[in-house]
Amino acid sequence: MIGFILRRAFWAIPTLIFVSLISFIIIQLPPGDYVTAYAAQLRHGGEYITAVQEEAMRQQMGLNDPVLVQYWRWISDIVLHGDFGHSLEWNAPVSTLIWDRLGLTLAISSLSMLFTWAIAIPVGVYSATRQYSVFDYIFTVFGFLGKGIPDFLLALVLMWISFVYLNLNVGGLFSPEFQTAPWSAAKVVDLLVHLWIPILVLATGGAAGLIRVMRANMLDELGKPYVETAYAQGLSEGQVVWNYPVRVALNPFISTVGWALPALFSGDIITAVVLNLPTTGPLLLKALQMQDMYLAGSFILILSVFTIVGTLVSDVLLAWSDPRIRYA
Amino acid sequence: MTASHSMPAERLLDVEDVHVHFPMREGLVKAVNGVSYHVDKGEVLGIVGESGSGKSITARAIMRLLPRNAREAGGCIRFRPRTGEEFELSALERNSRAVRQVRGRHIGMIFQEPMTALSPVHSIGDQICRTIQLHMGFDRQAARKRAAELLARVRMPRPQQMLDNYPHQLSGGMRQRAMIALAISCDPSLLIADEPTTALDVTTEAQILELLKELQAETGMAIVFITHNFGVVADIADRVAVMYLGRVVETATVDDVFYAPKHPYTKALLNSIPRLGVEQGRRLPTIPGMVPDPFSVPAGCSFNPRCAHAVPGVCDVTAPEQHRFANGQAARCHFAEQLAEAVHA
Repeated sequence: MIGFILRRAFWAIPTLIFVSLISFIIIQLPPGDYVTAYAAQLRHGGEYITAVQEEAMRQQMGLNDPVLVQYWRWISDIVLHGDFGHSLEWNAPVSTLIWDRLGLTLAISSLSMLFTWAIAIPVGVYSATRQYSVFDYIFTVFGFLGKGIPDFLLALVLMWISFVYLNLNVGGLFSPEFQTAPWSAAKVVDLLVHLWIPILVLATGGAAGLIRVMRANMLDELGKPYVETAYAQGLSEGQVVWNYPVRVALNPFISTVGWALPALFSGDIITAVVLNLPTTGPLLLKALQMQDMYLAGSFILILSVFTIVGTLVSDVLLAWSDPRIRYA
Repeated sequence: MTASHSMPAERLLDVEDVHVHFPMREGLVKAVNGVSYHVDKGEVLGIVGESGSGKSITARAIMRLLPRNAREAGGCIRFRPRTGEEFELSALERNSRAVRQVRGRHIGMIFQEPMTALSPVHSIGDQICRTIQLHMGFDRQAARKRAAELLARVRMPRPQQMLDNYPHQLSGGMRQRAMIALAISCDPSLLIADEPTTALDVTTEAQILELLKELQAETGMAIVFITHNFGVVADIADRVAVMYLGRVVETATVDDVFYAPKHPYTKALLNSIPRLGVEQGRRLPTIPGMVPDPFSVPAGCSFNPRCAHAVPGVCDVTAPEQHRFANGQAARCHFAEQLAEAVHA
């Protein structure tokens, strides 16, 4: 098992280098460079720098060096100093921009993911073991509705309901008076009042799809002979279902856990924009709109790294849960 | 139908007039249509029949593990394990506590497909321990010890290491041994083996049969051995029940079935087995026609369209009663007595 993990981790390294190269190329892709953009910004503000000054700046910042040297400088800054470069649009270091929003993003996303699983797995198992029962049909209808309604629409409807009927202040994660206030019990309560809408919105869409996946997997597994063997041992229905077919039916969930990591980071962008959440999703959208390449490139890098690490995590989890993979 | 008479002392399992139906869109399939047989303590009953003759479904009815779309339409199944208490299995619900005590504890079951009948994500030891802990109240340590002993008893090499192996690491024969260890883990009074060797090659089949015979002799448990192979039955069974289209058409001791079959179907089946050294170059006799479509079972005796001895006006009109003979043999044929004389003549 340890050998398996080490082998997998080792193979992640070349992939990481490769995606970082691609991220760097993407940053470099737009015409002009940092100094061109900086000069344009200055001109916009009414100041002026000469071509000579620009050239001097380039020399100083090493922008005339070969691409590989520049890449090395960029990546070593990130790895060694956590310095992702400078966002022109926000006029702030990229790292501060991202880390500021990361905590809340991860909190919202992981809560909604837990919520999604807590709904999807039991409901999927129930729907499969009681196939074509009344509740199976009800869950199916809700599942398709949940899958069919766009998240942002549901977000709008919920905002409207809570504003008109519940008299709650909606949008964002805090009421204006708590926006800049230090953390206190009241602020946490305020956060919870705001948090239920995004979590509900994100969980319904995800759960609706996963219920169908879980149900289909379970129906496959329930018909297999090992389930009958388990019944023939005298185990009760609950013991059989939760110990045998569910274990196998969870495999697709486990193998996609890894994808949750980048999804946690980019979040559901449209929902986040509609709900005005201070998460990383809207920041990425804005960076792309503004061609803020250091910010966007850093996002791409972080997302790719998360994807690779996430895949590694699911591989390890899957090997841990399924001996057929561990010993293959 | 309730228990009309008490079971004889030596009786372990009594299956009486069991009916199992499957309502389908195309009509009603009477998969098991009045099956009766019994198993005495320590006896091996072979059940022979083609696919679809209802032999596995009857076994599922005993275990109360019928498919969910099956409808039970009467019959009585009674079971009295060595511990003495009597269960009327046919009255028990699929998931009732009582039937869960019988399963695995008093009746062990082996399935046809050793490849898929064991959980792929649990080690052999875990699967056996779970059953032992469930029924025998052992703690984890004791259960593991017993599981290793069981694996040794089914002649598994390196039983201690086998405990931590997973089914996909084992060959088909080994998996079937593990399956047998699981089935006998709580010293059941009855072992139901549903075509346990069908998926194995002949060498492995012979080993598994040998193992079952040894275990049976050691523990004195009874075995219901379901197969479509007469050769296997001759090897292992004391008595044989031959099934055709949801009915037992003939029951007899293994010798009587082979040397003096009383039902034309049994006879025809035995004739269609290839033998070495008999009438070289002769065509192998077959049973004419096909097994009828389950939605339109022929009237009268269900075997009559394919039967060489069928008499129009009798066989295609009334379903034959059971004819019993002095030696305990019984056949569902209008002409069982005449056929018997013809054989002896």
